Amino acid sequence: MRLLNASGCLDALATPELAATLDAFVTKTVTPVPRAGNDPIRITDVDSGMLNSIGLQNLGIEVFVTESLPRLAALNIPIWVSVGGFSADDHARLCARLDAEPDVATIELNVSCPNVHAPAESAWEIVAAARGQTTKPLYAKLSPNVPDIAAVATAAVGAGADGLTLVNTVRGMALDPRSLTPTLATGSGGLSGPALRPIALSAVFACASTTDVPIVAVGGISQSAHVLEFVAAGASDVALGTVLFAEPYAAERLRAEVGAELEQRGFASFDNVRGLAHRIPSGIQADEVAVDGGEMDHRAVGSAISS
Amino acid sequence: MIARRAFLSVVATEPVGPYTMLRVRRGDIDPGVPGQFFMLGGSTVLPRPMSLCAAPSGELAFLIDPIGAGTRELCALELGSQLAVTGPLGRGYHLDAERPILVGGGIGVAPLPYLAKALPAAPIVLGFRTRFHAEAASLLPGAEVVIDPVLVTEPLARRLAERGGTPLACGPEPMLAAVGALSPAAQLALEAPMGCGHGGCYGCVVDVDGARKRLCVEGPVIEAGRFLASEPGTLPRAAEPTECAA
Repeated sequence: MRLLNASGCLDALATPELAATLDAFVTKTVTPVPRAGNDPIRITDVDSGMLNSIGLQNLGIEVFVTESLPRLAALNIPIWVSVGGFSADDHARLCARLDAEPDVATIELNVSCPNVHAPAESAWEIVAAARGQTTKPLYAKLSPNVPDIAAVATAAVGAGADGLTLVNTVRGMALDPRSLTPTLATGSGGLSGPALRPIALSAVFACASTTDVPIVAVGGISQSAHVLEFVAAGASDVALGTVLFAEPYAAERLRAEVGAELEQRGFASFDNVRGLAHRIPSGIQADEVAVDGGEMDHRAVGSAISS
Repeated sequence: MIARRAFLSVVATEPVGPYTMLRVRRGDIDPGVPGQFFMLGGSTVLPRPMSLCAAPSGELAFLIDPIGAGTRELCALELGSQLAVTGPLGRGYHLDAERPILVGGGIGVAPLPYLAKALPAAPIVLGFRTRFHAEAASLLPGAEVVIDPVLVTEPLARRLAERGGTPLACGPEPMLAAVGALSPAAQLALEAPMGCGHGGCYGCVVDVDGARKRLCVEGPVIEAGRFLASEPGTLPRAAEPTECAA
């Protein structure tokens, strides 16, 4: 189980000491050409999470490869490059440009536009186009703003994705309490943080049921219990997003807490937790289930699944 | 290099006019350069950026305007409770400014007591909406204080005409724009809604040097002339007050 950052939640060049707390660093999404991003106001918090509408501000693939990537490589942690575009061809060109770069460990495809009408076909098209241009590991980051995310995941894997990142934000809105007009300049934005966690958990569970590729879970993870839940639902790795804003060193804390929690619950390793949610049909008592590695704490198993 | 993060004990919350002075034990947190800011965490999902108001012995003090859920919670913290503090962050005032004049408007008075400690000879001009708000002027003895409808730019313009000087300012956007118009060398402490404070989220951008840049990395103190290369009217939008006092 690796701890990563969610794309767009950490700048490893601005804060290399934070990147050093991660097992791999995921870049902010890089697009074919530079983007200024959206007008401010771009960010606000709400009762149970936060909204952002950054608009993929970045310097474009050429500046990224020639200027940012060499500096990122000097950090000596695996670099995952998130790429995004507005067509399958955009993704293909981005992957072609990165394919020859030895410092790129993995490419994450930001296949998350909520405004497409046929998400499964769109995901298939994007991943297939990218797959044709690179032999690097390809992860497809999916949006939960779809009727059937498992179908999208199946399409992405069928097109050649080596893994899935689940999930991107869901659309939300906040109004300024005085003017009752949208707080964000774009009106709505992406909701992340605690509110996203059950949505992400459901997506991981669904996609782990229908695919067999590694899954990076993203969505409101801030406690060791959350990590165990996502692994139980089928995740291989987890990424931290919103929590890094309030607690930049959350990865260090989580790493220590997760180790202690595994031990406390009597799990020898994450292998004993992975997929557990799929092995206990609802209505069956936890004490009817045996796991590798010895006797399980029944109440702890119950809370890992249902709390 | 990012600053340290620690949980600090609340020592006091004291009313200062409509504002609250939140004092916490300093621990091993560096107070930083005047104008730098700290992220103060509460139960809200995002922490709140606050410039340091004062650094009394063994403490850090923040002047907070309780205008939203996050700032109201900070102002209501109980003595002895623990507050997550990350900082110092960003770039503060350049203390080698020629003949500095400290300029504050409303809650923009916040970073000035700590700045005045570093520049004890600098004159200070302050502007407030009401007499009640102007009680915050007690934090800066000897300051020249004006109250609406008189604007702080009036005494500032007079002083600049008499002796020249470099404004080191903090206040609402229209005030900062007016100060920048009087002096392109003015150092303006801006505010913008912020997510992380350490350059990660790109939530707090302002248009500087003709490009859209992160206020938490480039600022919050930015020379007025650097806005001249940008589109007009591109100081951060603050049509409605935000909770960010950096």
